[in-house]
Amino acid sequence: MLTWLSLLVLALFSGAAFVAGRRRATTAAAGRPRVLHSLPDYYGTYVALWAGVPAALLLLLGVMAGGRVEDAILQSARPAAVQALGPDRQAVFYSDVRAIAAAQSPSEVTYEGELKVALDAKVAEAKRIETVVNTAMLAGAGVLALAGFLLAFPRINPDFRARNRVEGWTSSLLIACSVAAVLTTLGIVLSLVWESWRFFQSVSPLSFLFGTEWSPQIAMRADQVASSGAFGAVPLFAGTFLIMLIAMLVAAPVGLYSAIYLSEYASRPVRGVVKPLLEVLAGVPTVVYGFFAALTVGPLFRAGFNAIGAALPPGPMATYLMEVQNQMALVAGVVMGIMLIPFVSSLSDDIINAVPQSLRDGSYAMGATKSETVKKVVLPAALPGIMAAMLLAISRAVGETMIVTMAAGLQAKLTANPLDTVTTVTVQIVTLLTGDQEFDSPKTLSAFGLGLTLFVVTLCLNIIALRIVQKYREQYD
Amino acid sequence: MTDATLGAAAPRQAPSAAEARLKKRHRAERLFKAQGIAAIVIAMIFLVVLVGRIVSQGYSTFETHTLSVPVYLNPDRIDTSDLSGVNYDYIVAEAVMKKLGLQDDDYGTISSKVQDLVSRDFGFQLLNKLKADQKLIGQTITVTGPLKADADLYFKGEIKRSTAEDDRKLDNQQLDWLDKLKKDGAITSGFNLGFFTHSDSTEPEQAGVLGAVIGSAMMLLITALIAVPVGVLAAVYLEEFAPKNRWTDIIEVNINNLAAVPSIVYGLLGLALFINWLNVPRGSPLVGGLVLALMALPTVIIATRSALKAVPPSIREAALGVGASKTQTVFHHVLPLAMPGVMTGAILSLAHALGETAPLLMIGMVSFVPGVPEGLTGAATVLPVQVFIWENASERAFHERTAAAIIVLLVFMIVMNAAAVILRRRFERRW
Repeated sequence: MLTWLSLLVLALFSGAAFVAGRRRATTAAAGRPRVLHSLPDYYGTYVALWAGVPAALLLLLGVMAGGRVEDAILQSARPAAVQALGPDRQAVFYSDVRAIAAAQSPSEVTYEGELKVALDAKVAEAKRIETVVNTAMLAGAGVLALAGFLLAFPRINPDFRARNRVEGWTSSLLIACSVAAVLTTLGIVLSLVWESWRFFQSVSPLSFLFGTEWSPQIAMRADQVASSGAFGAVPLFAGTFLIMLIAMLVAAPVGLYSAIYLSEYASRPVRGVVKPLLEVLAGVPTVVYGFFAALTVGPLFRAGFNAIGAALPPGPMATYLMEVQNQMALVAGVVMGIMLIPFVSSLSDDIINAVPQSLRDGSYAMGATKSETVKKVVLPAALPGIMAAMLLAISRAVGETMIVTMAAGLQAKLTANPLDTVTTVTVQIVTLLTGDQEFDSPKTLSAFGLGLTLFVVTLCLNIIALRIVQKYREQYD
Repeated sequence: MTDATLGAAAPRQAPSAAEARLKKRHRAERLFKAQGIAAIVIAMIFLVVLVGRIVSQGYSTFETHTLSVPVYLNPDRIDTSDLSGVNYDYIVAEAVMKKLGLQDDDYGTISSKVQDLVSRDFGFQLLNKLKADQKLIGQTITVTGPLKADADLYFKGEIKRSTAEDDRKLDNQQLDWLDKLKKDGAITSGFNLGFFTHSDSTEPEQAGVLGAVIGSAMMLLITALIAVPVGVLAAVYLEEFAPKNRWTDIIEVNINNLAAVPSIVYGLLGLALFINWLNVPRGSPLVGGLVLALMALPTVIIATRSALKAVPPSIREAALGVGASKTQTVFHHVLPLAMPGVMTGAILSLAHALGETAPLLMIGMVSFVPGVPEGLTGAATVLPVQVFIWENASERAFHERTAAAIIVLLVFMIVMNAAAVILRRRFERRW
C-alpha cells in the first residue's frame, strides 16, 4: 500500500518535472522554437526520466528485497529461549513474529513464559525495523528523485541534445527487455541445476539415470532415513518413451498425410474449411484432452479390450484382456497423438508449400502422376524440414503433462506393453510437487532432477531439429 | 498415313503390359489421394468426437431443477441467541415432509432421506434471512433452492429406475417423493444461473465457475501487462536496432529454444524463483501471471518480429528521408503499421496461456478455493485448473460440471481466437 502510494507520488512528481523541463526549454527558446535542438517534449521527457526512473527502481527493489533485509536484521540477534528451540520451531517462531507484526493470523502454536516475552519483544522489534526500513527506502527514493531532477533540470538550454539523450534511455529499455528473454533461460537453467545439485547430494546421478526402481514415496517417512526411497528413473524414461512412440504412430501418418492432401490436392474451399478446423484442434487446451482421455477414451478402450477378452477362448491372454484398466499407456498415447496431429500437419504444410513449384512442374513434364511427384520429388525435397517437424513433435510429446497426468497411471513399471499402466517423467514431477512439500527432502528435489533431464532432452531435440534443417536444406531458387 | 506407317513399323508388342503399368500407376494415385482424404477425415472425426462428447456431457449442467417449499420457521427449533447453530437442514426437511404428507419416525430415517434430496443451500438461505430479520420466526415463508445433485441427475435421466436399487444413490421411496413433488409443481426446471454466480464448493449443486473465471481474468491481466510490452520492445530491439553480432545471434537462438521448452519446466522455474526465492504467495494470480508471462514472452517476441519484418523498408527509408531519427522512425511509423500483426500474435499467445494448466499445478494452484479470489496475492483458482480439480472429484455430478467448465473455457478461447482472426482480416495490409 505504502509502495503504491509512493509510486503514485513519484509519478506526479515526474509529471511535474516534465512540465517544468518543457517550460524551461520553451522559455529559453524565447518564442523561436527553431533554435531548440530537439522538440520541446523531449526536454520535458528528459527531466521527467531522471526525476522518476532511478527512484522508481529503488522502490521496486525495496518491494522485492525489503522483506529479506528485515528478516536478516530481525534474526541477527536470537534470544536464548528461541535458540533453545529446534530449527523448525525457530522458523515457526519467526513466521509468527512476522504475522503478528503485520496484523495477520499467526500459527496455532502457543507461547508461554520466556518464549512469550521473546515473542512480544521480537514483534515490537519487527515493527520498529519495518518502520526504519520503510523510512529509509522512502527517504532514499525522495533523495534520488530530487537529485535526478536537480541534475537534469539545469542542463536544459537550446543547444542541449535532449532527443539523443531520451533515445539513449529508450534503447537501454529495449536492451533490458531483450535481456529478459536471456534471463528467463538463465533462470530456468540455474534453478534446475541448483535444485538438482542439491538432489544429487543425496542420490548419485548414475543411480538416478540408470536405476530401474522408482519409489520416491518411501523417503517421506522420517524414521526410515536409511532406506530413503529409490530414485532410479529408467522406468519413467521407458514410460515416457512408450507413450511418445504411440502418440507419434498416430500423429505422424495422419498429420503428414493431411498436410500432403491439403497442400497438393485440396481445392481452395476445402482448404479454407479444413485448415481453420485443424487450428481449432490445435487451440484446445491440453487439460481438455486429458478430460477426454480419462472419461471417454479410457473407458471406451477398456470396454473394447474386455469385450475382446470375453470373446477369445479362455486362456491367459483372455484373462489379461478382461482385466485391463482405464489407465493404459495406449489411451494416453492415442489422445496425445490426436493433440499432435494439427502440430505435425501445420508444420509439414508450411514445409511442403516452401518446395518451389518449378520442381513439381518439372516432374509433371516428365510424365509423372501427382502422387509420384509428391513421393519422389516433393517429399525428398521437404525431408529435412519434415524430420525437424517430427523431432519438434516428439519434443512436445515428451514434455506434455496434462494428458498423461489425467490418463496415465502413477505406477512406475518397466514395460513395453501398451495395455499396461506406465508413468512418465512429467506425471512424476506433478505428483511430487503438488500437495505439501518440504524443500529439504530428496522426494521433492527429485522433481527438479527430472525437470532438468526433461529440459536437456527437449533442448537437444530442438537443437538437432535446427541442425538438420540448416545442414540438409537445399537452396532451389 | 504417317500414323499408320509408324504403327506398322513399331507394332505394339505388349500393349497389355504398358496398360497394366498405367493402370497400376493410376491405382497408386487414387490410393494415395484416398489416404490423404482418410487422414483429413480421421482428424475431423477426432475433432467432432472430442467437441461432441464434451458438449453432450456438459450441456445438461446448464439446466437445473429447483424446489420451492413453504417453510414454517418453528420458534421451538430456533434459538435466537445462536442463529448459526440452528439445524436448518432439519427445518427444511420438515417442510418437505409436510408437503409430501410424511411423518418422521423415531430414528429420523425419513427426515435424513429427505435431507439427501435437498441442497444445503436452503439452510444458508434461511440463516441469512433470519440474520436480516428475526421477526420471520413463527411465520411461514416460501424458499426456493436447488435440489441435491443426485436428485437433479434423476430428473436428467442420469439415474434411472431401471438400475438395481442398491446400485444407485437414491432408493425407490426417494424417487417416488421426487416424482410427487414434480407432479405437484414444487419442482421446476430452469436455466442454471448458479453455475455462473457461484464459486467452487464441495457440494456439486452449489459449485460454479465464477471464482475460476475471475481468477483467470486476473492472471491473464498480469500476463498481458508483462509479456506484451516486454515482448514487443524486445522484438523491436532485435529486429530494428540490434547489430548483427554473436550476442544477438545467441539471443535469437535462445528465444527460439525458449518457445519449445515444455510448460512444466516454467512451473519448476516459478516454484524455485518466484515462490522459494522471492516469496511471492503460493497459488496467487500474481505468481501464476508471472510464470505464464515468462512462458508467453518468446511467442510474443516471435510474432512481433514477423509483423515488423512484413513492414517494407520503403516506409523506414521515407521516414529517415524526411529527417526522423531511427527511434522516431520505428515508434512513429514502423510499429504502428505492424500493430495488427503484433496484437494478433499477442492475443493468440494469451489464449494459449489461458488454457495452460501444468505450470500452475507446480506453483500451488490446486487448492480448494471457495469464493472469489481476494486480490492478486490471495489464493485463487483458474478455469483449466478448476477442470482438473473437478475431474478428480469422485461424485458423478462433478463430471457433468467439468464438461460444462470446459465449455466455458472453450467459449473464451474461441472468442479470443476469433478476435485475433477478425483483427488480422480487418487491418492486415499487403504491401
